[in-house]
Order: sequence, then C-alpha cells, then structure tokens
Amino acid sequence: MTMTTPLLDMEGVHKRFVLHLQNQTVLDVLRDFSLRVLPGECVRLSGPSGMGKSTVLKLAFGNYQASAGHIFVRSADGQMVDITQASPRQIVQLRASAVGYVSQFLRVIPRVAAIDVVAEPLLERGPDGHPLMDPDAARAEAARWLERLRIPPSLWQLPPATFSGGEQQRINIARSFIRTRPLLLLDEPTASLDPLNSATVIELIRAARDQGVGIVGIFHDPEVAAAVASRSVTMQAPSP
Amino acid sequence: MSQAPLLRVRDLRCAYGAREVVRGISFDLWPGEVLAVVGESGSGKSTLLNAVAARHAPTAGTVEFAVRQGSDGAGDLADIYAMTEAQRRLLARTDWGFVHQNAADGLRMNVSAGANVSERLMALGQRHYGRLRAQASDWLERVEIDPTRIDDRPDTFSGGMRQRLQIARNLITAPRLVFMDEPTSGLDVSVQARLLDMLRMLTRQMQLAAIVVTHDLAVARLLAQRMVVMQGGYAVESGLTDQVLDDPQHPYTQLLVSSVLPP
Amino acid sequence: MRDPHIHFAYLDERTKRMIRRAILKAVAIPGYQVPFGSREMPLPYGWGTGGIQVTASIIGSDDVLKVIDQGSDDTVNAVNIRRFFQRTTGVEVTTDTTAASIIQTRHRIPETPLAEGQILVYQVPVPEPMQHLEPLEVETRKLHALQEYGLMHVNLYEDLAHFGQIATTYDYPVLVNGRYIMAPSPIPKFDNPKMHMNPALQLFGAGREKRIYAVPPYTSVESLGFEDHPFSVQRWEQPCGICGARDSFLDEVITDDQGGRLFVCSDSDYCAKTQSAAASSGTTL
Repeated sequence: MTMTTPLLDMEGVHKRFVLHLQNQTVLDVLRDFSLRVLPGECVRLSGPSGMGKSTVLKLAFGNYQASAGHIFVRSADGQMVDITQASPRQIVQLRASAVGYVSQFLRVIPRVAAIDVVAEPLLERGPDGHPLMDPDAARAEAARWLERLRIPPSLWQLPPATFSGGEQQRINIARSFIRTRPLLLLDEPTASLDPLNSATVIELIRAARDQGVGIVGIFHDPEVAAAVASRSVTMQAPSP
Repeated sequence: MSQAPLLRVRDLRCAYGAREVVRGISFDLWPGEVLAVVGESGSGKSTLLNAVAARHAPTAGTVEFAVRQGSDGAGDLADIYAMTEAQRRLLARTDWGFVHQNAADGLRMNVSAGANVSERLMALGQRHYGRLRAQASDWLERVEIDPTRIDDRPDTFSGGMRQRLQIARNLITAPRLVFMDEPTSGLDVSVQARLLDMLRMLTRQMQLAAIVVTHDLAVARLLAQRMVVMQGGYAVESGLTDQVLDDPQHPYTQLLVSSVLPP
Repeated sequence: MRDPHIHFAYLDERTKRMIRRAILKAVAIPGYQVPFGSREMPLPYGWGTGGIQVTASIIGSDDVLKVIDQGSDDTVNAVNIRRFFQRTTGVEVTTDTTAASIIQTRHRIPETPLAEGQILVYQVPVPEPMQHLEPLEVETRKLHALQEYGLMHVNLYEDLAHFGQIATTYDYPVLVNGRYIMAPSPIPKFDNPKMHMNPALQLFGAGREKRIYAVPPYTSVESLGFEDHPFSVQRWEQPCGICGARDSFLDEVITDDQGGRLFVCSDSDYCAKTQSAAASSGTTL
C-alpha cells in the first residue's frame, strides 16, 4: 500500500433518477463521471447548483446508488471495494473505518445529548470487537472537540434538535473529525458558520490533509476553498 | 469479515389456504445487524416475522439459525423447522427474544415486574431468590424503570413502561437475535422516542441482531442498518436503510417515502 | 351391612378395569396425571368422587378401610363415605391407622407412619399444579412433557416478593421422582415430608377433573423452594390440648365467645392413641 493508491476511484459513473410518481420523469444528474482521490489531497467540486456535486458525495458514501460505473473505496485493510457491488454490511463497515461524510443537515437523533452525539464514533467497536474507548474517556474527548468548536458547555447535555443551524453544523463537524477516517466527504462544511468558526474548520481540514486524509468537498465560499483545496473539479451539465 | 451469518432465510412462502401472503423472501442476517421490514397493512411483514421466529410454520422455504454450540458461540446453521419443539422452545427462551406490539401479549400481567423479568432465569434453573431479584432490579434500571416498582404488576404500568418491561424480560438472557413487531406503535410520540433510543442503545451495546417490523420509516432509519420493503407479499426493494430511503428505486418505495409527512 | 342389590363397590367391573389401568400407568410414571373416564357417582363433584372411584376400583372383600376428612374419622364426609363403602362392599372398617389396608383421606396424611402394603388414597380437587398461572391445558401438558417448570418458581417468587415468605401453606407443589411436578392435594405443607420415601402406595384421584396420579412406595418427593428460601414446615408453640403431642398438626378450636381457644391434633386417631398411651404409662399432661 503506497501513497499512490487512491482512497477513492470513481470510474464512468452515471446517476439517473427515475421519478415513478411524476410520470416516469427521468433525471440524468451525472454522466460518465470519474474522479480519483489520493491521500493528502483535497479535491474541490465546484460549479453551479444542480450540477450533481452533492450527488457525487452521496454516491461515494453509498447513500445513493450508481446507475452505471464503478466506485472503489479503499478499505481499512487496503482492499479496493467497489461499493456499487458491495453488500450493505460491507458498506456499513466502510463507513465505520474508511469513509466519513459531513452532510449539510445533521440527522438529528431524538433525545441524545450533543456530547453523546459527538462521542458516539468513539464507542463503536474496532476490529477486535471491543469499543475503541470507554464511555467516560469518549465523553472527555468529545468535550474537548466541543470546546474547540466553541459550543457552550450549557448546551452539551441537550439534544441538538433545538440548536441553531450553525451549532448543529459544528456538532456535525466534531462528530466527523473526532475519529478520522482515511477518506472524508464534506458537503458545505462552513455554510452556516461565522468567520471565527470557519477558520477553525479550515484548520481541521488542513490538519487532516497533512495526516494523509483524502478529502472531497463542496465549498461555496471561495476563500475557504482556496485555503483548503489542493485542486478543483468543475461540474458541468451532462452533455446530452 | 469471514463471519458466518446468524440467520439464513431462503425462498420463504406463507399462505393462508390459497391466499399467499409471503412470496419467496430470502435474506441473511449477521450478528449485530438490525434489519427493518417495512410495509403497509397487508404487506405480509408480520406473517414473515412470525414465520422466521418459528411461531407460524411457512408453506415453503427454509429458516436456518446458527445455534450456539460451546462457549465460543460459533455454530453451524440449523433448520429451525427440523428441530424438535422442545429445542425450538428452548431457543425462544434463551437465544431469541420476541417483542410484541402490545406489551400485554409478551408479559404476564398477573405477576410482578420482578417475576416477569426473572422468569427466563428461573426457567433455566436459577434457584436463588436474592440473586434473581438483584438481576431483575438491575435490568429494570437498564430499561429506565424505577427499581422500587419491582413488586408491582404490569397492569399498573403505563404503555411505555410495559413495553420497556417486555424488553427487559426478553434481553435478560442476552439473546443474539431479537424479533420486534411494531415495538413503538400505539405509544405517545415522546414515549416512542425514548423507547427507540433505548432500543438503539441496547442493540449496540449488546451487539444484538434484530428484525424489526414497522410501518414507520423513521423507526427504520433510526434502528436499522438494512431494510426490506414489502408489498403484497413480495420484497420489492432491499438494501442499506439510508440508501433505500434517500434513493428509492422501486415505484412503491418512492410512494412510501414521499407519503410521509415531515414534521 | 352390605346391600345385595348394588354391585360390589358400586362400579361395574369394566369401569374398575379402566380405572386400574389408569392406576397402573400412574404408578409406572410417578407424578404424571393420567386421564380417566370419571363416572357419575352418587354424590356431586367436589365431594371426593375421584378418591371414591380409586378406592372402589382397588378394594377387595378382605380389605380394612379407614376414611378420614381433615384428619378426623367423625366428620360428616368421612362418615358418609365410610357408610357408602360398608353398604356396597361390606368390608371391615376401622379408625385405627395401623389396622387399615386402605385409607381414603381428604386433605391430611395420618400422623402415624404408614407401612408397606398400605394404600393411601387422596381426594384431589385440582390436579394441575400450574392451573392458576396457565389455564390452558394444552399448554400445561406441554410444560410437563418438556419439563419446563420455570412457571412454578414464578409462583413461589411472587409469594416471597409479596409476603416475605412462601405463603402457600397447603397443596404445596412437589417434584416427584425428580421428574414431574405434582399437586399433592390440599394437605397442609406440614404433611409434605411424609410423602417422601413412604413405604405405602399413594394414589390420587380427581373426579371432576378426571385425573389419576400416583407416588409408588419409596419414591422421592421434594417440596419446591429456593436455595436461600428453602421449604420449611409449620410449627406450633403449644402442644395438643388433649393429648399433649408436640409433633402433630394442630387445629385451632374456638371454645367460647371470649376468645378462648384450644389447639388439638387434627388426626383424631393419633390423638386418641397418644392420650391412651399417656394414660396407661401414667404420664400427666
């Protein structure tokens, strides 16, 4: 396993939506899309909205199903796994150890305190079947991350459902960065953040890059993009 | 990832007379996986659950379970309908759990909460009253029931408490597979949320495999990594839960997903 | 005196054969409830028809019969049943436990130890020990067949939880021959230990419920309990107010309306014997 083995390899990916409820309307969002991401790279997906940028991220995470083509993700043990053919179990395992996804909207789980939302990835089981950390250590680590992202301690025991958009976004980021995975997919990570917190997130992304994490991101703010991206891919409407 | 599956279902068919209600369902389930079976009334999802849980014999197909052998837990898949009834009943009491939609169906309403929770242990031969009571008390706390209510009968409990009691009663023997039939239907929303949270936490902590039948997509999303959508006895779509819900392929799945009112 | 117009012991011979077959099966499987074709008897259900049918099937002209009800030979039921057998068989009857070959009893075991060759016939109201917990017979049969007896302990647990002790004081469930759990009929738990390794044959008849079961001689009969709350028998502080015995089951008798009470042996024959033994040895009470 060398530094030239990609973390993500999308080859000839097509994504078509068939809306059966709207008279079988067909939406071709991606056609023949390819992308290769190496460790330490941060690839920016740019282009006008509706061009399929979020779709690319969701395909790479297995949240969307590709209509054609292959999507290879490097697993924790170095294998290139084609997630278009993988079983749900394999994808769940990849998500635990190989690829992370920071979405625009935090899927809020009722009643779980913010600190526990952030600590959760540390309580998952490692390859030996035991949790990576005990609950107290995990919460202590989560607390450090919440501090770094300037979430006031008074909010730590509350479920994020009532938080502002920006606060939810920071919870999301803390949860995704607390346990780094080799491949990270970022969908507008600074969208609701003020300059101070945006700067913190930029730091986090750069630090991850330096550690060899491969990143694919959508950054609407050109300054943020310039600060973190090593290269850019411009998405255009698929040619008919 | 060379683990063998815990449960293997192949070509399962169930019929009531000439009317087929489950038409050729197949799936594998691995330890620690939660599978949601989603569908509307009449989809066959409850019949499927009962057939897999050995409560209602199918008309065709096989259900195999990796029966625990020895202390390491590994075992070959065995056809549950080829077992004797005694073996099936033992399995149902120890390695399996069944959470009913209506808690009264899964509890003894005329004995105390403590007796309900420790019954399985007594059935397995435990004969020390003090220890039985301590374990029951432990589990009541785990499901967030005040342990001082250990001697109260379930008919004095609220719906949510009864459901949590049912869960404790089932999980005390650390089963590897739990069947749940609409575990949160009929409960108030806040009570549902609390229960779902608890189920989510317990399935993770105890590495439970579970099959959860529900008509509620939100329950599927919260609890299950995998999902099967049933319509008219067929499995019309299956896969990763978030994929099926966010990128539904089949027309019926798209209909289901679009029909849910966002709060 | 024997009534010549009634067949010996009232039941026809075919019925006796059927009941004897049931008894044989019951003896072969200690504690197992054998269904039998309970006949209409000249007294209603709930008055001992099961015990009477068992006795009627095994009694022979040279048997000696004793009948007791709550330990006494003199109560109405005991008197009636004894008279029934005198009329239909003409056998010798007795109140002396040691002299009887067949003893039919309602709700007590005689204090005097029994010997080989004697038969004790119990009258049973409810043969199924788990009935109030599991009313479906289809289910209780399965539980017995599969030896799934957790439910019995649920019952005992409930008692401990609510009363601090196992509150069941009669019809206390027992494990027979290490296999079947049995309802010993509403004898006080004080009597349970007498069933264990008894030299006599113990037969149980339930007429309304149509079941016969048995404990052969020298069979193990253990009363259920918990490790930390084992089975224990009742004890009295006072001796019998008539004979002075300290080791028998005592009934409480109210003597006046000022709260005066007396404790006397429930087993009338035992009391009389102890009394006469004390009198003949000149012991004062």
